[in-house]
Amino acid sequence: MRGIFRTLARPFTETAGLARWMLVAGVILTGFFVVCAVFAPWVAPYGFAQSSAHGVQFPKLGHPSSDHWFGTDRLFFDVLSRVIWGARTALEVVILSIFVCVVLGVPLGIVSGFYGGWLDRILVLVMDALYAFPSFLLAIVFSFLLTNLLGGTVLAVSLSLSVIYIPQYFRVVRNTTLSAKEATYVEAARAIGASDFAIMRRYLFGNVIQSVPVLGTLNAADAILTLAGLGFLGLGIQSTDAAEWGHDLNRALADAGGGVWWTGLYPGLAIVLLVTGLTLVGEGLNETLNPTLRRRRLLPVIMPPRESATPQHEEPS
Amino acid sequence: MTIDLTDQPVTSLPQEPVISARDVRVWYGTTRGAIRAVDGVSFDLAPGETLGLVGESGCGKSTLGRGLMGLLPDGAKRDGEVLFRGQDIFKLSPKAAYRLRGAELGMIFQEPLTRLNPLMRISQHFEETIKQHEPRLSKDEIRDRALEVLRLMGIPPTRYRSYPHEFSGGMRQRLMIALALVLRPAFVVADEPTTALDVLVEAQIVQILNDLRRNFQTSLLLITHNVGIVAEACDRVAVMYAGRIVEQGKVADVFKNPQHPYTRELLRSTISLSTTGLHYIEGAPPDLVDPPDGCRFHPRCPEAMNVCASKNPVNLERPGGGRVECWLVGPEDEIPADGKQPLKQQELTVADEA
Amino acid sequence: MPTKPDTSSETSSLVEVRDLSVHFELRGGTLARLFGRDSGTIKAVDGVNLALRPGEVVGLVGESGSGKSTLGRAFLGLVPATHGSIHLRDQDLATLSRRKLRKLRSVVQMVFQDPNAALNPSMTVEEAVGDALRVHGMKSARDRRAGVVEALERVGLSPVELFLSKYPRDLSGGQKQRVVIARAIVLNPELLVADEPVSMLDMSVRAKILQLMLDLKTDLGLTYVYITHDLATAKYFCDRIAIMYLGRIVEIGPTEEIFAHPRHPYTKALLAAIPDADPDRMVPRDLPRGEIPDAADPPLGCAFHPRCPEAIAACGWESRDLRALVEEHWTRADAAYDEERPVIGDLEHLDAPSTSATIGTGGSAAVRAILDRIKDEDTSEPLWSGVTSIEDSGSGVTVHFEPAPPPALRRSGGVEVACVLYPDEGTDHSRS
Repeated sequence: MRGIFRTLARPFTETAGLARWMLVAGVILTGFFVVCAVFAPWVAPYGFAQSSAHGVQFPKLGHPSSDHWFGTDRLFFDVLSRVIWGARTALEVVILSIFVCVVLGVPLGIVSGFYGGWLDRILVLVMDALYAFPSFLLAIVFSFLLTNLLGGTVLAVSLSLSVIYIPQYFRVVRNTTLSAKEATYVEAARAIGASDFAIMRRYLFGNVIQSVPVLGTLNAADAILTLAGLGFLGLGIQSTDAAEWGHDLNRALADAGGGVWWTGLYPGLAIVLLVTGLTLVGEGLNETLNPTLRRRRLLPVIMPPRESATPQHEEPS
Repeated sequence: MTIDLTDQPVTSLPQEPVISARDVRVWYGTTRGAIRAVDGVSFDLAPGETLGLVGESGCGKSTLGRGLMGLLPDGAKRDGEVLFRGQDIFKLSPKAAYRLRGAELGMIFQEPLTRLNPLMRISQHFEETIKQHEPRLSKDEIRDRALEVLRLMGIPPTRYRSYPHEFSGGMRQRLMIALALVLRPAFVVADEPTTALDVLVEAQIVQILNDLRRNFQTSLLLITHNVGIVAEACDRVAVMYAGRIVEQGKVADVFKNPQHPYTRELLRSTISLSTTGLHYIEGAPPDLVDPPDGCRFHPRCPEAMNVCASKNPVNLERPGGGRVECWLVGPEDEIPADGKQPLKQQELTVADEA
Repeated sequence: MPTKPDTSSETSSLVEVRDLSVHFELRGGTLARLFGRDSGTIKAVDGVNLALRPGEVVGLVGESGSGKSTLGRAFLGLVPATHGSIHLRDQDLATLSRRKLRKLRSVVQMVFQDPNAALNPSMTVEEAVGDALRVHGMKSARDRRAGVVEALERVGLSPVELFLSKYPRDLSGGQKQRVVIARAIVLNPELLVADEPVSMLDMSVRAKILQLMLDLKTDLGLTYVYITHDLATAKYFCDRIAIMYLGRIVEIGPTEEIFAHPRHPYTKALLAAIPDADPDRMVPRDLPRGEIPDAADPPLGCAFHPRCPEAIAACGWESRDLRALVEEHWTRADAAYDEERPVIGDLEHLDAPSTSATIGTGGSAAVRAILDRIKDEDTSEPLWSGVTSIEDSGSGVTVHFEPAPPPALRRSGGVEVACVLYPDEGTDHSRS
C-alpha cells in the first residue's frame, strides 16, 4: 500500500521547479471542480432545474443577492446551482468519453502495432482520416447522428466526443508498441512459447501505456471545451435534462445586450478554470513523468574540504 | 602496421608531467544524496606515456575521464586540482577551457557512430575541427593535414568526402581517433574505445593506440574494463575501485606482483586462454552514496584485517615503484595493536552479488 | 557436402541441422522498390550442417555478422529457415506450424545476452519465471509457485522469498541473469541455447554464472549451444567448437584440437587477437587487414580471403580486392596520390563483385605503370597470383581473375576446416 502512495507521490516529491508548481496548481483547481461535481446535491443551494423554493418563484434575471449568489437567469434558474451541477455534467461526460477512448483506442493500437500488415494499414488509414477532420465539425456530425439514435443523453454526447479523440490514443499506443515489440523481453516471451495474446496482454500492455494518463488529462481539457461548444450550439444536452455550461452561455448571449452580466460570466469562468486546471495537470504530469523532460530535484552536493595533501609523487620513470 | 615493442617509449628521461592530478573528486547530485563517483584520485602522466585506467562498471573511471575534460552533467561538482603544463584546468574560465579542449585536450568516445554528425562529410568534420582552433589555414592546408592523419590511421584518401555511415565500425573508430588527434593535442582521454568493436578490429585499434606515442607524442589516458588491453597498450596502469585508485604502477610490475587484493582478485577472475579454474569476487561494488568505512574493498576482501574496517588506508609507495593503498602493505606504525587480526566478515550471498 | 563430424557415434543426435540457410530480404530504397528490383539478401546462415549429441556443449564462435546468433535462434524456431532442416526428436522445426512449435518450446530454451533487456520490467521475478509454466498450461498459481521456487533455488537465488516479489530494476546484473536462466530451465528443457550469456556482466561475476551453467548441465542433463565471440570462455566451457564467419562454419572440431592446432587462418587470427593480461605477450603482428565485409554482398570465393594473411591464388580474387589494394597503396605515406588519382579515376564501380575489373581512365600504358608500381611495392601480395590476364581496354585496363568456388568443409586431422590450404583427407563419401 505504501508503495502505491509513494509511486503516486513521486511526481510531486521528486521534481522541482515549474513542472511541480504546474502540477500542484492544476490538481488544486481540478480538485475543486471534482468536489463540486461529486457533492453537487449537497453543495448546490438549489436543483439545476428548480425555478422556485418554498412556493416562492425565483426572480427572472435577478441580480446576485444573498439568496442567489450568482443571480438567476431568464428561465428562473439559480446560476450558482447551475454552475455547480454543470461541473457534474461536464465531468460525467468527459470521464465517460475518455473511458470509451481508452477501452477502444488502446487495444486497437496494441493489436495494430503488434501484427502490422494490412490490418495495421487499414486502421491507420481510418484513424488518420478521423484525425484529419476538423475535430469540432466531426463532433457536431456525430452529435447529430447519436442524439437521433440515443436521444439527448450524456451517453450520446460522450460518444460523439470519443470519436474525435480515439485516433490519438490509437496512434500513441501503436507507435510505442512498434518499438516495444522489438525488445528482447518480447523475444524471450516468444521463446518460452507465449501466444500472441499473452504477449500483448502481459508483456506489451504495461509497457506501452505510459503516455495514456497525460493524453487523458489533456484530452479532458479539450473535451470540456468541445462539450461547451456543442452545448452553445444547442446540440446535445437540453437545459432541463442536465445543467450544461455551454448551453447556459448560449442563453446568456441575449442577456448581455440588456446589461445582464452574471448569467454569462460565471459559466464562462467555470469553463476557463476547469480547462486551465486540467491542462496544468496534463502538462505538469508530462514534465514530471517523461524521463527526458524531467528535472529532478537534485540534492545539492556539498563537498567537505580536502584532507591534508597527499604526499607528492615522484616523476614516473 | 607492425610495431616493435623493444623500442622504449620516451618516458625514460625524467620530464615535467603533462598532467598532474591531485585529490580529484567528482560527486553527482541525485535525489538520494551525493554519489561520490570519484573520491580523491591522484596521478601523473608523462609526455608520450599511456596510462591505463582499469576497473569494473561503477568504479568511476568514465566519470574521471569526463571530469578531466569538463564534460559533466548538471548537478555534478568537481574538486581538486589538475595541472596541465603547470596550469590548473579546473580553475579555468569556461571560455578558456573551451579553447583548450580539442587543441590540447582530446577525447575519444566509445560509440563512434553517435558522435559523428551523419549529415556532414568527413571533410566537413575536419574542416570544422581545425578551423575552430586554427582559423587562418586555407582549405587545401586543412585537407593536407586531414589526409596525413587519416593515412596514419589507415584510412585511404579516397574516403575523404564520404559520410560517416559509409564507414564500417572499426573505420569509424579510427576516424574518431583521427579527428581527436588532428590538432596534435598533448593529452587524450580514450573512454572504452574498443568495447563496441569485434575482437580482430579491437586488436587493430589497440595497435593504433600503441603507435600513438611514437607518431604523435601524445599522452593517453586509456579507460577500459579489459585488463588484457591494458597489458598490451599501456605503459602504466591505475586500478580503480569505488572511486579511488587502489594501485598504480608500471604495467609489467603491477600485473606480475599485484600488491592490492582487489588487483589480485581482478586478475584472477579474468578468463583468458590459460585459465584453469573459474574464479570470481564475492559481493558487489559498494553504494557510492555511502561507501563503507575504512578501506572500501574490505567487505569483499579475502585478506581483510580489523584495521581495514575502521581506518582509511594510507597511500604509499609500493615495492617496485608506483602507489598502493592497502593496510597489508603498510605503514606498520599506523596500525593499532589488534588491528592485524583477521576481520570477522559478514558472509556474502547471492543477494549481494554484482 | 560435408559429412557429420563424428560418424562413429553410438548415441544418436539430439538435434541435427542439415544444410540450413536463413536468408533475410533487404527492403531497398524507394526507387528500387518502384522498379521492382530486389535490393539484396543477407545470408545470415548459409548452408550449415551440425549435429548435437546429448550432454555435449557446442560452442558457436564468431564476430558480428557471423550468423551465430541467427543460428542459435533457428534452434528455437524464432527465425524462419529459408532452406534446409532442423531435426529435433524426429520433427523438423523448419516446417512446423506455429502452434506445434510453441509446444516444442519446453524442449529447447534460450538464455539471452543482455540481462537488462531480457526481463519484462513490469513483471516480478515470480511472474516472469512462472509465465513459462503458465503458457504451457499450468493454471494453478500454487503449482506455478512451487515450480518457480524450485527453479530459483537451482540457480542459486536463495533465500527464494527475498527474490520472488522483486522487479528487474531492483536486481543486479548477475542476479538478473540468474533469473533469465531460471526462466529457461523451469520447463525442464533438453537443449539450452546460450547467446553470449556473460558478455554483459562484470568480470568478477562472469565466472560465477559460467560455473552455474556447468553445474546445471550435470544436474539436469542439459545439452548446450554456447554462442560467443570470446574464445577464452569457449575454451573453458565447450566440448566442441565451431568457428563461424559470414554465415558459414569455417572450422569445427574438439576444443583441445582447435586450440592446440588451429588450422583456418581466421581461427588463428582470433586466437592471436585475444588480449591477454600477461604483459610479456607481444601485440600480434600478422593481424588480418580490413573488417568483416557486408553480409549482403559477401566476397566471391572464400569469404575470408580479402583479409587472410595466408591467401593464395585459389582463394577466389575479385574486383573489390583490386580496389582495396589500390586504396591501400594510396594510404602509404610516400604514395603519389594527387598524380595517380586522375589516371586511375573512380573506383566506386569496382564494388560490383566480378572476376573482371576495368580500371583507369588515363591511358592503358599509364595505368599499367601504376599497377606495376603497386606490385613492386609488395611482391608477396597474393592478389597478383590470382590474376590470369591484364588486357588493354579503352583508356584503361581490364584485370581478369581466376574464379573459384567457396571452399567446402573438409577433414584435416581431427577437425573439419573450410580452407583450400588443407587438402581433403576424408575417406567418407561426401554428399553432393
